[in-house]
Amino acid sequence: MKGLGELERSIMDILWAQSTALTAREVGRLIADRDLAPTTVMTVLDRLTRKGFLHRTRDGRAWRYAPAATRDAYVAELMLEALDMTGDRSAALTRFAQGVSGPEAEILRRALTELEDE
Amino acid sequence: MTTAAVLAALATACGLGSWCFTTARWTSRAPKTAILLWQALGVSWGLASTGAMLAFAVQPYGEGVLHGLVSFATGRSPLVPWDALHVVAMVAGLTALAVLVAVLLTAGVQTLRARHRHRTLLALISHDDPVLPGVRVLDHPSAAAYCVPGLRSQVVVSQGALSLLSKDEMAAVLAHEAAHVRERHDLVLLPFAALRRALPWSKVVRDAQAQVELLIEMAADDRARRYCSPRRLATALLRFGTAGAMPTPHGMLGVGAHNLMARVDRLLKPAPELPMSLRYGAVALSVTLVTSTPFLWIYQL
Repeated sequence: MKGLGELERSIMDILWAQSTALTAREVGRLIADRDLAPTTVMTVLDRLTRKGFLHRTRDGRAWRYAPAATRDAYVAELMLEALDMTGDRSAALTRFAQGVSGPEAEILRRALTELEDE
Repeated sequence: MTTAAVLAALATACGLGSWCFTTARWTSRAPKTAILLWQALGVSWGLASTGAMLAFAVQPYGEGVLHGLVSFATGRSPLVPWDALHVVAMVAGLTALAVLVAVLLTAGVQTLRARHRHRTLLALISHDDPVLPGVRVLDHPSAAAYCVPGLRSQVVVSQGALSLLSKDEMAAVLAHEAAHVRERHDLVLLPFAALRRALPWSKVVRDAQAQVELLIEMAADDRARRYCSPRRLATALLRFGTAGAMPTPHGMLGVGAHNLMARVDRLLKPAPELPMSLRYGAVALSVTLVTSTPFLWIYQL
């Protein structure tokens, strides 16, 4: 039995790979772990919806689930924070170093070449 | 009256001291000592400036800031009746204190929330790399390496950083991030970031925050160089600096390159250590600052 976090992750992966919204039963069929109880899938889908990562729509008696945003959008969100480009300069993360552009990058590039040549 | 005057003088001294300290040159030779002094300046400035107003305000009670405030809160009548000036000082002092506390708390909560969201997303979209156990990898071509601090800190690198750096350089970057985790540099930054949000127009606060940001990077570099080659750390820094696949954030342009070169220079050619006397002097000053303001809050001169 996988942990809840692991399960959330595989379910998101399944839904990201699909072009249409899926029902809990369809997700259950696609998941690698066949022994999973249908209620567990439902629980995880519900959790992900409450966290805002999934949208659900009524389809007859079942719900259909689809990702709220693409995987790339979430990666981009994390990268914006990682590169300190959200503009709020909070202390949420500590970063190694930041990129520099324009003529200043040229100075750094020269310093790097010198170092590598030595 | 003396207490209020001394606290006001102390607040002014901290303000002026901070202003001078933003351009101090010795800080890069002893980043940890400098960070300590910055923290001491910040704490005593906050306590002294609010304390000065409150000390004046609770004068009618004649029993010091803290006891005076308690008497005020419990509704005891003062020895001397209130006059307009003392009421104004009371309102101003309490407002300033409330704003300071509220700003710090808000910043703390916002930071925790941002981290929680970041962590949740990481759990969904980052993956492990067999080469780097314990490190989360993000699929993005730009170079990024950072740490999400907390009780269970996570070090994250992007695919871009992985392809940019050699194995030794990556080890150096990870040593640097591990230093941030170990020394809880996020907690050092938090109050300065909060203060900056509270006083966005203040140049001293802005400079102080920028200084502290640079100093914690230098402190992390210093710790990392014990476990990796400083040269590899320097080349990793330069590679990161030149990788700039993303446009630089507003207003960070000149400072970014300058700070990066400063870090590279001190990795390659470490300056002689700060003389013992200066170092102890700075520590003694910090301790004096941090102890004197609470003392003045409790005892009346």
